[in-house]
Amino acid sequence: MPDTDQFRRDARVWLEANCPPEMRRPMTSDEDTFWGGRNAKFSSEPQRVWFERMRDKGWTVPHWPTEFGGGGLDAEQTKILRQEMAAISARLPLVSFGISMLGPALLKYGTDAQKKEHLPKIAAGLIRWCQGYSEPNAGSDLASLQTRAESDGDDFIINGQKIWTSYANFADWIFCLVRTDASGKKHDGISFILFDMASKGVSTKPILLISGKSPFCETFFDNVRVPKANVIGTVNRGWDVAKYLLQHERAMISGMGERGVGRPLGQVAADSIGADEQGRLDDAMLRGQIASFEVDEAALACAAERAVDLAKAGQAHPAFSSAMKYYGTELNKRRHEILMSAGGIDALEWESERSKQGARPRAWLRTKANSIEGGTSEVMLGIVAKRILDLPGA
Amino acid sequence: MALVLNEEQTMLRDSARGFIGDKAPVAHLRQLRDSKDATGFSRDLWRSFAEMGFSGLLVPEEFGGSGLGCVEAGVVMEEIGRTLMPSPFLATAVLAATALKRGGSAAQKSEHLPKIAEGSLLAALAIDEGSKHRPLQTAMQAVRSGNGFKLNGAKAFVVDGHTADLLIVAARSAGAPGEREGLTLFLVDPRSKGIELERTAMVDSHNAARIVFDNVEVNADGVLGEVDQGGMLLEGVLNIGRGAVASEMVGVSEEVFGRTVSYLKERKQFGKLIGEFQALQHRAAHLYTEIEITRAAVLKALQMLDENVDNAGAAVAVAKARAGTTATLAVQEGVQMHGGMGMTDQFDIGFFMKRARVCQELFGDSNFHADQLARLKNY
Repeated sequence: MPDTDQFRRDARVWLEANCPPEMRRPMTSDEDTFWGGRNAKFSSEPQRVWFERMRDKGWTVPHWPTEFGGGGLDAEQTKILRQEMAAISARLPLVSFGISMLGPALLKYGTDAQKKEHLPKIAAGLIRWCQGYSEPNAGSDLASLQTRAESDGDDFIINGQKIWTSYANFADWIFCLVRTDASGKKHDGISFILFDMASKGVSTKPILLISGKSPFCETFFDNVRVPKANVIGTVNRGWDVAKYLLQHERAMISGMGERGVGRPLGQVAADSIGADEQGRLDDAMLRGQIASFEVDEAALACAAERAVDLAKAGQAHPAFSSAMKYYGTELNKRRHEILMSAGGIDALEWESERSKQGARPRAWLRTKANSIEGGTSEVMLGIVAKRILDLPGA
Repeated sequence: MALVLNEEQTMLRDSARGFIGDKAPVAHLRQLRDSKDATGFSRDLWRSFAEMGFSGLLVPEEFGGSGLGCVEAGVVMEEIGRTLMPSPFLATAVLAATALKRGGSAAQKSEHLPKIAEGSLLAALAIDEGSKHRPLQTAMQAVRSGNGFKLNGAKAFVVDGHTADLLIVAARSAGAPGEREGLTLFLVDPRSKGIELERTAMVDSHNAARIVFDNVEVNADGVLGEVDQGGMLLEGVLNIGRGAVASEMVGVSEEVFGRTVSYLKERKQFGKLIGEFQALQHRAAHLYTEIEITRAAVLKALQMLDENVDNAGAAVAVAKARAGTTATLAVQEGVQMHGGMGMTDQFDIGFFMKRARVCQELFGDSNFHADQLARLKNY
C-alpha cells in the first residue's frame, strides 16, 4: 500500500528532524516524564522542544480527531508512527491519564460539549488528571465504593474518601466514581463524574511507599459541589464508563516499563558483570534468565501489536486487556528483579548522587504495585476465567 | 502487515481444519500406532491432501504449486497439530520444497518441485547427529571424489526418513565441527549404495529414521546450492521449519487447552464443577494468556519470514522458544487437570503430551532458541 509507505517515509523524516537527541535515550527517573498540567515544568529544554513540536503536530494523541487536538491518524498510521518512534527510541512527549484513560471514555461516552471542553486540553497537556476509583476497604472489589453524591438542584454534593489516587497531589482535575443511588445492586447506582481538584472541600495526602516515594495519595471530599453537567454518560450507569476506562487502564499498565526501548537487558548486565572469553555474559544462570525473559518480552510486544490489529478487525475480546495487564505486570516485575541481579551490590545504593538517589532499587520496588493497581493479577485471572473462558461459578 | 489472518488465510484454515478434522482425527494416529503400520502415515490420505493443493503450498506456481508463503504453511501446520495427523507435510512440503526453491539449480527444481506439488515425491532433511539440535556441529564428512563427493557419517532424528524418495543431507566439505563455513547440502537418493537406514519408533508414534552413510557417492549435480556455502541456505530452511513446528505446537496447545477447559466445565468433584475452583480457574486463565501471547509471536515470525526481514531469525527464535514452553505447559496442565483419566492410554491427552515433547526437540528446544536470541543480541 503506497499511501502507508509514504506516511512511513514522511514520519521518519519528520521525527529525525524534530526529535532532539536527548529525547532518544531511555528514561531513568521520574523527571524524564512530562505529565503536563497547570503547574507543569519541563525538566530540560529538549523536553520542552520535543513536547511542543509533537503537540503542534497533534501527535501527543495521534489517533484522536484533529478537532480535539489530535493528529487524525487512522489505526494503521498510528501503528506506523509508534514503530518509527520506537525505532529511534523516541520518548513519549506527554504521559497522561487524560490520554490513556479518560480520553477514550470521553470519546465514547462524552457529549459534544464535554468533548470540546476537555479533549483539546488533554491533547495540549494543559490539565493533569487523576483517577478517583479505589476506596479504603474496597480494594479490587471496586463496585463496593461508598463515596456519595447527593442531588442539590443542578449540582451534586460529594462526600467520601478515595485511596491510591495516583499523583492526586499534582492533579488539576479528577475523574471519579461516586454513588448516586444506594438502593439497588452495587453495580447500579454509580455515576462517573469530573471535577476540579481546586474545588472547595477537596484535600489530598500522599502515601509513602516502600520505594520511599509517594505516587499515591489519599483523597478526601468534604461537601464538594459539582455541576450535574459534569457526569459522563447516564447518571447511575457510571459502571459502564468505568469498565470501558479500565480496559484502557489495563492496556496502559501492561505496556509499562521500558519494553523495546534502549539496550538489551543482557548488555546492561554485561556492563556491570562483564563477559567471558567468548563474549557471553559472565554469569551463565543469569544469562539464561535474561534470555528467557527477553523471549517473553518480545512475544508480549507481538501480542500487544496483535491486540490492536484484532480490535481493528473487529475480532477483539473486550476482556483481553485483563490478560495483557496480568502478563505485562508480572513481566515487568521480572525485568526489575533481573535489573537488581544485574546491578548486584551497586543496585543496593539508596541515597547517593552516583545512584541518582537509588533510581534502580526504587523503580524495582515500585513495580511490585503493578500487579496490584488497576486490579490485582488474581482479579485479572478471574476475569479471564469467567468472561473469556466462560468457566462456571461465582 | 496486520497480525491477524486475512480472508484467504482464514479460508485456507477452515478448509484445512475441515479436511484434517474429518479424515484424520486423533483416532487416525491411534489406529496407525496400534496396527504398527510400516509407513506410519496414510499414503491415501497424503494423496487426497495433495489433491487439495496442500503439498504444493510453498512450491512456486511455475512448478505446479500455489506459491503461497510461510503464514499459509503455518496455518496448515497448526491444524495438523490439532489432530496430530501424521503426514509428510513438514518434511516434504515445507522443508524440502523450501530447500529446493531457495538452493536448487534450474534442473533440480524442475525435476523435483512438480513432484512435490503433485504429492508423488517424499523427501526428508537429514541434519542432526548428536542428541541435541546443533546444526553447526555437523561432522559428517563430504570428501571430493572424482566428479563428485563421498559422504561418511551418521544422521539421527531424520523426520520421515524411512519413507523418503529423496534425502537432503548436510555435510562438512570443509572446516571443523562448530564452524559456520564449510557446510554443503546434498541431494541423495536413499537407495544409493552405502546407505543403511533404520526407522526409529518414537514416543509420539510419528516417523523418524537413523541413517548411516558409508562411502556414499554423490555426483556434482547432487550439490544443492554452493559447495562450502550451505550454512546460510540451511539456516534459512531451518528457520522456516522452526516457524512451521512452532505453529504445530500452537495447534497442540490450543487443542489440549480446549479439551481441558471443556473438561473443567463438565467434571464434578466435591459436589461442584471443578471449573468453579479458583485454583484451577487461575491456572486455566494463565495458560490462556500464554497461548495467546505465543500465537502472536508465531504469527509475527511467519510474517517476517515471508517478508524476508533481516531480523526474522530473532523473531523465529522467540517463536520457537515460546511455542516450546507454552506447549509443554499446556500438555502438563492438560494431563494434570484431567486427573487419573489424563494418564490413561485410552484418553487422547497423552498423545498430545508425547507430540509436544518431540516438537520441543525438533530444530532446537526452548533453551537453544533463547540462547540464539542472546547471541543475536550480543551478550
